[in-house]
Formats: sequence, C-alpha cells, structure tokens
Amino acid sequence: MQAISKSFGGIPALSEASLEVMPAEIMALVGQNGAGKSTMIKILNGAYVRDSGTIEFDGGPWTAGSPQQAQRAGISTIFQEINLIGYRSVAENIFLGREPRRAFGLLDWKKINDEAAALLARFDVRVDVRAPLEHFSTAIQQMVAIARAVSFAAKLVIMDEPTSSLDEAEVDVLLRTVRQLKAEGVSVLFVSHKFDELYAVCDRVTIMRDGKTVAVTPMSDISKLQLVASMLGRELDEVAKKGATAFKGGTGNVGGELLAAKGIAIGHLVRDANLDVRRGEIVGLAGLLGSGRTETARAIFAADQRAAGDVTFDGAATRFKTPAEAIAAGMGYCSEDRKSQGIIPGMSVAENLTLALMPALTRSGLLDEAKQREVVERFIKEIGIKCAGPNQKIRELSGGNQQKVLLARWLCMNPKLLILDEPTRGIDVGAKAEIQSLIRRLASDGLGVLMISSELEEIVEGADRVFVLREGRTVAEFDHENLTEGDIMRAMAHDDAEDRRQAEGASTSA
Amino acid sequence: MPDRAVFFQRYGVGLALVLLIIFNLAVTPNFATSQTLAVNLTQVCTIVIVGVGMTLVIATGGIDLSVGSLMAIAGALSPMFFTGELFAAPLYVGIALGIVVPIIIAGVFGLFNGWLVTKFSIQPIIATLVLFIAGRGIAQVSTNGDLQVFKVPEFQAIAIGRVLGVPFQVWIMLVIVAVAAFILHRTVFGKQVLAVGGNEAAARLAGVPVTRIKFLVYAISGLCSGVAGLIVIAMNSAADANLIGLGMELDAIAAVVVGGTLLSGGRATIVGTLLGALVIQLVRYTLLANGVPDPAALVVKAGLIVLAVWLQRQEQN
Repeated sequence: MQAISKSFGGIPALSEASLEVMPAEIMALVGQNGAGKSTMIKILNGAYVRDSGTIEFDGGPWTAGSPQQAQRAGISTIFQEINLIGYRSVAENIFLGREPRRAFGLLDWKKINDEAAALLARFDVRVDVRAPLEHFSTAIQQMVAIARAVSFAAKLVIMDEPTSSLDEAEVDVLLRTVRQLKAEGVSVLFVSHKFDELYAVCDRVTIMRDGKTVAVTPMSDISKLQLVASMLGRELDEVAKKGATAFKGGTGNVGGELLAAKGIAIGHLVRDANLDVRRGEIVGLAGLLGSGRTETARAIFAADQRAAGDVTFDGAATRFKTPAEAIAAGMGYCSEDRKSQGIIPGMSVAENLTLALMPALTRSGLLDEAKQREVVERFIKEIGIKCAGPNQKIRELSGGNQQKVLLARWLCMNPKLLILDEPTRGIDVGAKAEIQSLIRRLASDGLGVLMISSELEEIVEGADRVFVLREGRTVAEFDHENLTEGDIMRAMAHDDAEDRRQAEGASTSA
Repeated sequence: MPDRAVFFQRYGVGLALVLLIIFNLAVTPNFATSQTLAVNLTQVCTIVIVGVGMTLVIATGGIDLSVGSLMAIAGALSPMFFTGELFAAPLYVGIALGIVVPIIIAGVFGLFNGWLVTKFSIQPIIATLVLFIAGRGIAQVSTNGDLQVFKVPEFQAIAIGRVLGVPFQVWIMLVIVAVAAFILHRTVFGKQVLAVGGNEAAARLAGVPVTRIKFLVYAISGLCSGVAGLIVIAMNSAADANLIGLGMELDAIAAVVVGGTLLSGGRATIVGTLLGALVIQLVRYTLLANGVPDPAALVVKAGLIVLAVWLQRQEQN
C-alpha cells in the first residue's frame, strides 16, 4: 500500500501512509489510537474506499469493493469484536455463506461438521462443532474466526487486536496459531497494543502516527522503549523516566472500610467471592478469563442480582435492586466493554458525560443546559478529553478519550467507590498513562477504587491491595509491598496445571 | 458514510416538502387555497398525533402496533358518555368525560404494552401485536359491533371547529407536536428516551430508569392514540369500532421513518415525523390532483418508505 490518504468529513485520518507485507511474513502494525491503523485495515479489506494512493496485492493492483470480495480474493480480517453469529453452531459459522450443498440445494451437514472439525484440529482446537458458538469462550470464538479465514484459502490474514480479550494461556494458543499460519505460507498483519506478543511472533513492525507511517523495521532491531518513543513521537530519555505504568506506589492515606463483599455467588460463575475496599485505596481484582471478576463487580453494582452473599457499603448492609440504587448510594461502574456497555454512540460527549448526573441537572423539570455545559467543560479540561467540543458525537472520539468521558460520567457524581473493569483496555499508551495517573490521583483524594485488569503490571504497580479470583472464589489477597507478577500468576494458575494433566490423561485413555 | 446521504437524511424530508409545494404551485390548479391546505392538514392530523407517540416508542428501540386498535377503543367508548346511553349527565359533563376517560383508558392499555415489553422482555413487535388483535375486539365487544351515530356539535368541534380559520384538530396536532418536541430535546426524560434507544445496557448501567422510560413511552403512545381516535369519530359523527384507526400503525410508522427517525432507536425527530406525514400526504394529493389513480399513489408511497430506509442504512454503514 503506497501513499494512502483518507479523510472523514474533511478530517484526515490517513495522509500518504504506506504498508508492506511480504509473503509468509508476520508484520506488526502499531500506533496510538487515532494513528490510522484501523482506517488502513479497512481500506485494505474493502470496508472503506481510499481517497488516493495505490495498493498492490498478490502481484497486481488491488481494490476491494467489499470485505466479502476481499475475503474471496484471500484477504481475511479478524476483528477485535468477533463478528460471527453466536447462536449458530461452530461449523455453520466457519462455512457461513458458502455451505457445502448436496442435490436440490440441501445442506451437506456431515461434510460441514467434518470439515469444520478437521480445520479446527489443525489449530489444536477440539470442540463440539455442532454446539452454538456462544457457548464457547472468546478465545475459542477467535480460533473459529481464524479457522474461517484460513478456510477461505487466505493469503493475508489481518488480526485487529486479537488478544485483547484473551487470558495468558489463550494468548499462547493464538500466537501458536499465528506461527502455524506463517508456516503454511500465509502472511499476517498483526495489530496489537501488547508488545510482548509482537516480539514473540512478528518479523517486522510498521509504526504509524497521526495518519502517517513513521517507521518500518525488523522487530529484532527495535527496543520496546524505542517502539514506544516512536509511537508517541517523543524523545527516548523522556520515556525512560516513566515506569511501565503511570501509577506511583501506595498512597499511605488509606482510610476506613468502604466496601466489604462476603460470600458472593451468582450461578456457577461466582461461588464464593470475598473482597473489601477502604477509602482512598486502589484494590486490584485479578483472575483469568472466566474467573468471575466482572460478574463479581456487576453483582456489587447490582447490574446483576447475586444469588448469595452480603455486601456492606459505606457502613450499611445493602441489597440494591438496580444500578440506579447503587449509584444513588455513591458507586460508579465503568464496564470492560466500552462499546456495548459504556458509550451511547449516537449521543454527544456532553450527553454521555452527564448521563448519570442529568436528573440532578434540572431547573423546574427541564435540563439545565448551561449547568450541563459548565460541568462538561470543566471535566474536558480537568482530565484532558480531546474532542472538538461538548457537542461532538462520542463515537467519533478515540478509545482513550471515550474512556475518559466514561470516567468523567462517574467523577461528576462525586462517588465514594468507583469500580473500573479493564480501565485501560484497547487504548493507546499515552491515554493509558493519563488514565492510570488519574486513578491514582482520585484515590489520594479519598476515592475507593476497585480495579479489574488483565494486565498484571497494572495490578502489581497500581493496586494497594490485590485479590485474586479463581473459578469464582477469592483465592488470595496480597499487599502492595513486595508483590510480584509471579505471586499473582501463581495464585491465578494454582492447580490449573494439575487439572489439565488430569484432563489430558482422561482424554488419552478414553 | 457518504456525506450526501447524511445531508438527505437530515434535511431531505424538509427539502422534499418544499419541492412538492413548489411543484404543486406550478402545476396543480387551485393549490394555493385555504381549502386545499385544510384538506391536506386534516388528512394528516391523526397520523401525526399517533406518529408522535410512535416516534417516542421507536426512539427507545421499540415499536407499537396497537395504536390503531387503541384508537378504536377510545373512539368506541367515547360516545357512550355524551349520548346519554350509559347515564344521564349534563351535556358538557358528558363531553368532558367522553374525552378524558377514553384517552386515559387508551393510556392504560399503553401501560399494558409497556408491562409486556419490560416485565416479560417480549419483543415490542410481538407484545403490541397482542393489543393490535385484542384491542379492536375489545372495542367491538363494548359496542356490540354496532355503528354509533351521533350529532353533538359541541363534541365534534374538537375535529371540525375552526380557530383562526384553521380546523381545531390541526391546533391539537400542532400543540402535541410542539410539546413532544420540547420534551424530547429539552428534558431529562427525552434524553433518557434517546439513551435507552441508543444503548440500553449502557443506559441501565448509568442509572437510567430503563423500565420506567419504556412504560412511559408506551403509555404516551396510548394517550396519543386515544386523542386520534376521538378526532376520527368527531369528524365522522359516528363511531365504528371496525374501522376507526384501521391501518393506522403502518401510516404512523411510515411517517416516522420518512421523517428521519432511526428505526433502531437512539435518534428521533418529532418535527421530522410531522414533515414525513405531510410529504406522504402531499405526494398522494399531488398524484390524485393530477389524475393519477390512488393505487399508483400507494406504490409511490411505498417507494418513499424504501428511500427513507435506504438513507438510514447509508448512515449506519
């Protein structure tokens, strides 16, 4: 791809960007949010039409009219959000739209199921291909998406943050799959925010910034520090002064108990979760995917009803029936899924920011727009939300800025407790650091924070105390002092290896 | 998304209305008369009034198929109060009851829709299908299926009386449109309606009372249907439970869609619904006035709806 430019409504998203992927090469594509990675991908796979520039693919000029056309030609894209059909079976999803048929147009179910199983087996995925896709974990769904791409005889597979919702064991499986693709001669364009993965599998890296390609280099020739510096467009020593995260140590002015949850249980996902948060404290909640972290947080916030357990908040036993009641008591909850549970995409920054506060922003029953504007502008300035103004649609903002708006949605309520589920997922390095230091600042001002994160360094560096969940139970509690990532991993993984050995033993003997 | 599509999405319906008026001024004889204006406006009044409630329901991501049947219930019940059939009451008391009670009853049926949608998580199209079917039955049973003819000018004034030369029902329509537009854009309730339609899960997590909002929009839709039902019988000086509001749900939805409200919820325009209904009516009038038969006009109306939906798709892409 050469000199690709693209604007949206007069605002350039790409200006003369370029990208090159060799056969059987794994190319990393990195950049902050808004650098133009997604636009680049969408032009390549036909979702967008470029304004100018040339693309060559497989030895000839290339313009995809639609993602379907790109897929047939050998360019498959696997998005962050899996766009397959949850209630259809695994096999149906793999062959969606081109199911093998028998005479009279009848579907050849045996062939569909057998081929799907064979395809998945190549990637070491052994599941019942007749079961609905939604019964499986995100990781399995992702593997199904990859298998689907491969079944199209893909020459280039584009992966847009494929690991963002996977736990560490699942990431390993995915990376193995990526290497397998390479071994079969397939090229991969790998977009990720996680450097370790990039170094683990990628041959070269293309760095984008502000819609331009700023560097292309073999992965082995660039250090993480240089990579970050290049993405941010900053000097090396400036970056070197920062820690891996922008959290700075424990606060030291932790107050009395704010929240205590005991024996929380919901269905089979959460069996016995226990945790507590004190005023002015950041409490980390760690666990693998499926450990019940999010479910526990949602139960505390009354987004889901718990089956058992006691929650004491702000000195009183509570049994909230709706999030509205939890909010009235002084809680806030930022969901892990910004897009489907956080933003109202068609509404403005101002409306999104004041969504919870709005009922308090009234004058004789009407929305007091002057007061609303005042609040919104204060937060835009205070926490540095980059937007064209309060009236810009939130969907037009980058992920990091959307997240800041969602944080501000709660901060303007003056909460006592903020539950943050993956507060920095899928946002760029710069915004991530800003959000981390903001969380720390809020805690020093007395806010209690319950922070769920899949990123161990965030938990280890950011939290004053850490609870680890495994299979729906609290299995460990750590203090910030002397805590290492190894401690947490051991708690998360405890017995897992044993279970797997037993499971494997059972399957080989069967 | 193509900017041109966004432009048409936003201003297309207003533009279409202006073009239609210019075309008619040039081509259709006797277009610029108060008679023509009155005819066209009274044709859209009930559609717009029902369309206002429908706009709010659709703004939450729902739909209300029961509006025509609720019109029939309100229209069928009303005459019983002022014709002295149920009880003898002074005329104006009877008329007042004949207006207020049927509208409230229609509103209560709207609450029933909201109850089905929220408490049982039934899809709105199915939930409101219940009263679409049963509502007309209720109206027919309560009148024994009889046509109730009456001549009560004091009541009929709500439809055919004139203020400043404009039919009173047009004033009712304008007031309802103005109040609803104000509520939608300036009140917290209005913003919450759009939030529920824009992303229900997010709205709920932000403390928006989703259940209450849904109850309210279906109740408002019921109230609007009640008002429209009364206007219909006042115009006809007769109440026929079999015919009042027949097919209204589709006319109202068409007006809402052509007006530019997003069918999936989250973006809505009350004034758009008014303009949408006017465009549909004026297209039909233009064709009829220029000798095109009504069946052909229906095809054109369908074409308009297709065009509006296509424009919506352009924006979502």
